[in-house]
Amino acid sequence: MLTLDRLGRRFPNGTEALHDASLRIGQGDFLALLGPSGCGKSTLLRLIAGLDRPDQGRVAWDGGAAPAPGEIGFVFQEATLLPWATATDNVFLPLRLRGRRRRAAEADVQAALARVGLARFAQSRPRELSGGMRMRVSIARALVTRPRLLLMDEPFAALDEFTRFRLQEDLLALWRELGCTVVFVTHSIYEACFLARRIVLMTPRPGRIAAEIPSRLEAGPETRLSSAYTALVARVTHTMRAALGEQAI
Amino acid sequence: MIRLAPYLFAVLFLVLWEAAVRLSGVPEYLVPGPIAIAGAFLADPKLLLSSLAATIGVTATALSASVLLGVALALVMQASPLARAAFRPWTVVLQVTPIVAIAPLVVVWVGDPFTSVVICATIIAFFPVFSATSAGLEAAPADLVDLFRLNRAGRWDTLRLLRLPAALPYFLAGLRISGGLALVGTVSAEIVAGSGGVASGLAYRILEAGYRLQVPRMFAALVLLSASGVAINAALGALGRALLRRRGEA
Repeated sequence: MLTLDRLGRRFPNGTEALHDASLRIGQGDFLALLGPSGCGKSTLLRLIAGLDRPDQGRVAWDGGAAPAPGEIGFVFQEATLLPWATATDNVFLPLRLRGRRRRAAEADVQAALARVGLARFAQSRPRELSGGMRMRVSIARALVTRPRLLLMDEPFAALDEFTRFRLQEDLLALWRELGCTVVFVTHSIYEACFLARRIVLMTPRPGRIAAEIPSRLEAGPETRLSSAYTALVARVTHTMRAALGEQAI
Repeated sequence: MIRLAPYLFAVLFLVLWEAAVRLSGVPEYLVPGPIAIAGAFLADPKLLLSSLAATIGVTATALSASVLLGVALALVMQASPLARAAFRPWTVVLQVTPIVAIAPLVVVWVGDPFTSVVICATIIAFFPVFSATSAGLEAAPADLVDLFRLNRAGRWDTLRLLRLPAALPYFLAGLRISGGLALVGTVSAEIVAGSGGVASGLAYRILEAGYRLQVPRMFAALVLLSASGVAINAALGALGRALLRRRGEA
């Protein structure tokens, strides 16, 4: 789907956020970018989204052209909803920005809300929803344009563990159902191991891609206690330690 | 009890005031009691009320003008970094200029008393609504701005769907401060214009009563002024709450 070719990004204050990062992302991948804070994971995600430009290297899309608006869905760390708008209006927003009429989009909007389990809360405003429900609205908003690529920047980091587990399972179900490509940024080894088919380890200052670990785990609610999952977590932890060297936790 | 406290305090204050005036025997032309003040108002209510209407008219016009100018300038500065760099330092000049110092100049230049008083009051009332709106337009969360960029939203859509709604609570807070300042600006300018012989607003009544030592009427005019200030503040506060409640935010 796309290739990151030796990407480098240095901020105006001199910090080198990303150094020589190369990666190939295929159609249908579920890829986790895993690393401690400040390792350039979010920067990498923003470069893929086109929200920032690399100083070196390039993001090359298969077929040459960058995706049209709506082909990339982005979920931020916070739900970042319009506080004055209902769940329906928040989910409608990306379609509205692309010039879709409300009536024509209504079915898509309600389908996206139903998909994240919020059909009954379509008319609720963000302050009437819990943190987990707000994040569900945010995911519905990212899915409503039927993106080919879903970029998620630590979306569950601020949620309690019960909600986080539930949303991780629901996200996997959505990914299997929709078949889109997901790039998921996280600093949780457990989360990366549970979700991703490819776990990409990054090290900080400057951010580099240190290793990649494939996973064949077919995760479900029972997975968290399985030996295969714990073995994967142990393997990733070990590789992370080795990669971080003196910076190890 | 807590709800009634301010009213009970007002009654107690008035009773003590009246008693103190009567017991001490201070002459009415120095400190009138509340009964004498009420009497002065009731003796010719039309005079004071028509002056009040004039003052409120100027205040409302000046507040409207400062809202239009403040929001327009905030929008221009939001849209253009060049305009922002050019104007921002100069808007502070308006804020720090004492209106009594420039009011005589405005009166001389403009001539028409209504217009000159409106201009002075607008200068005073402009800054809070402008600076609050300006801050509000910049207050949209960076992630939401990114979301709009990601969807290739145009400048107009970003303004209409994100920046303006995000600025509303800021604008309303600024409007409430500007409302009070518009009245202060109107009265200050009326005093300057009034001493030049222009007779209309409440400030002129205060000056006139002062010259004639009609101190109870002076106080009656002052009471009307404070009451209008309180009413303006309460009305703008209620307007703000109603608008925010409609959006489910208050």
